[in-house]
Amino acid sequence: MELSELTPILLQGAWITLKILCLSLPVAGALAFIAGLTRLFAPTPLRQMARVYIEFFRGTSALIQLYWIYFVLPFFGLNLDAMTASVIALGLNIGAYGAEVVRGSVLAVPKGQYEAAVALNFTPWSRLWRIILPQSLINMIPPFGNLAIELMKATSLVSLITIGDLTYKAKTLADATLQVGEIFGLVLLIYFVMAQAMAFLFRWLEARLGRGLDRGGLRS
Amino acid sequence: MTSPIIEFQNVKKQFGELALFENFNFSVEEGEIVSIIGSSGSGKSTLLRILMTLEDIDGGVVRVKGEPLWHMSKGDRLVPADKKHLRKMRNHMGMVFQHFNLFPHMTARRNITEAPMRVKGKSRQEAEREAMDLLALVGLQDKADSYPAQLSGGQKQRVGIARALAMRPEILLLDEITSALDPELVDEVLDVIRNLAKEHSFTMLLVTHEMYFAREISDRVCFFDQGRILEEGPPDKIFVAPEKERTQAFLNAFISA
Amino acid sequence: MIELDWDWDFTWEVLPDLLNAAQITLLATLLGSLLAIGVGLALSLLRRSPSRWISWPVYWVVEFVRSTPLLVQIFFLYYVMPEFGVSLSPMTTGVLALGAHYGAYLSEVFRSGIDGVEKGQWEAARALNLSQFITYRDIVLPQALRAMIPATGNYIIAMFKETPQLSAITLLEMLQTAKILGSENFRYLEPFTLVGLLYLAFSIVAALGVHQIERRFPKEGFSLR
Repeated sequence: MELSELTPILLQGAWITLKILCLSLPVAGALAFIAGLTRLFAPTPLRQMARVYIEFFRGTSALIQLYWIYFVLPFFGLNLDAMTASVIALGLNIGAYGAEVVRGSVLAVPKGQYEAAVALNFTPWSRLWRIILPQSLINMIPPFGNLAIELMKATSLVSLITIGDLTYKAKTLADATLQVGEIFGLVLLIYFVMAQAMAFLFRWLEARLGRGLDRGGLRS
Repeated sequence: MTSPIIEFQNVKKQFGELALFENFNFSVEEGEIVSIIGSSGSGKSTLLRILMTLEDIDGGVVRVKGEPLWHMSKGDRLVPADKKHLRKMRNHMGMVFQHFNLFPHMTARRNITEAPMRVKGKSRQEAEREAMDLLALVGLQDKADSYPAQLSGGQKQRVGIARALAMRPEILLLDEITSALDPELVDEVLDVIRNLAKEHSFTMLLVTHEMYFAREISDRVCFFDQGRILEEGPPDKIFVAPEKERTQAFLNAFISA
Repeated sequence: MIELDWDWDFTWEVLPDLLNAAQITLLATLLGSLLAIGVGLALSLLRRSPSRWISWPVYWVVEFVRSTPLLVQIFFLYYVMPEFGVSLSPMTTGVLALGAHYGAYLSEVFRSGIDGVEKGQWEAARALNLSQFITYRDIVLPQALRAMIPATGNYIIAMFKETPQLSAITLLEMLQTAKILGSENFRYLEPFTLVGLLYLAFSIVAALGVHQIERRFPKEGFSLR
């Protein structure tokens, strides 16, 4: 097959990859904040639950989590289609890593900021919401960018539960045409371009948010 | 005679194994301006931090306006204070920090209005009007829209003072407010405090290394040494004719420095 | 009503097979990390080369390997190498892929570790007329090592957790074994859960190990000889 014939098929796969990425990113982001903040500030039982979630999903591997959700949950009467299982598994996995990012960034805000907020008699909630979080947000962006790229790479795992993403298309095309060099080379390139685009996006976001905060002196 | 506005009764404070205060007693009258001097590690700042509820105590009672700060009365017993009680008590106090601790993501004006709006529920207009008055008081009307990073150390600290005043505290705690400043910026900050002191509308408790300033504005000076008040009295007595040898040695070191 | 019907007989039946497969997983991780450390060190030194003709391509190679999925890299090595007349076993492919992928990550760890050594140390070595090699071996690396160890340990743990991807090229590691056992018996619950728990146990032990090494490590660094 000509490259001009291969490319559209692979781009179809890339579209699926992008779709899974866009669906699981918000899941991961929401879980990161919920679990990260719960682990820091919630009452002990909730805090322990957040901790178990974080340690469990960081301690086992993404592919096993995906298989478990897709192949084992049906034993409990919970049948998820491959797409839903993928989004949930990837979201849960990256969300656990993101929770540690959130926690680290909140802890990195200088203690004096917390003390000033106490001295001004803010409620615990406003301390977090108005003083601590706005400052830690900027610190979260670069690690979140890295995690988003990790998530993008992890989407390739869904090919193993028969979703027609970029990796799946590459594998089936390679099996059919035996043009393995061109196909896998091209696919690596497509992933690379996607990763670069995401890195660019997050750098832009950081610069934009940072511009406001440079004036605020969060970064000198 | 009225009861003191601040009263420490047999207070104990430990850091790990190390006892900083033991049976510590101390009181301040309403409207009094008290300077606390002494070498570092003697517990000066801890005293202020206990009052601002940034450090708790391990024994004894601290009273502010007659009410226990770290405790609540339950029947005739005192039990540890809950968050609600602490929040109520904090309203009496305001603090200015050595390292300013301004909120870097807010303009000077916003630093001042944030707490009155969020904590006291003031309207934005009212809070901003008061903020502008306070900025005028500290001579920074034109810096209202600047972020902390755009201000000099002295300007930052003047915003810090305005921020504390905006909450209308009765007791103002000043924790080495000029120690982090370059020498040429110290006076602009002290001038603000001088003016406040003239009005005598606050009770002020300041930890400072500015001896001349302490002598000038204080009603009383306390020399702290190893978690005790070794000597206290009117500034003229402490600075001119201290009784204790250690006080003398400390002051001599300052004069020759 | 969801019922958990965990089959203990089946559990005891599959556990020995899974533990056997764990040896393959651990072997792949061990060889993969040795290769990754070598690759990482080489890349980090090349990145520091004064010649842009070397440092620039190395930068992009590292960037490329880091930002593309390991799974596709595994496929690439497994299917493309035979085109060049080199047929690799699943194990060899796995070790090469893990080594290259994590070598790229580790090169960044090593680079920032080396950059973290004070400039004065280089200047002192220069002033003493030490050779480049001796400067690295005796002065810079021993000091950089402390900063590198936790991150390196964490990447090796991360690598360990990515070994299940080698099941895609039929390496009989834990996950592939579990999958076969599951499909033979039409029961995935026990094999997949056990594999998950085994991974969790290994990761926790390894994380504690890294923490111990970090804690025991002398602050001043130590001599490499």
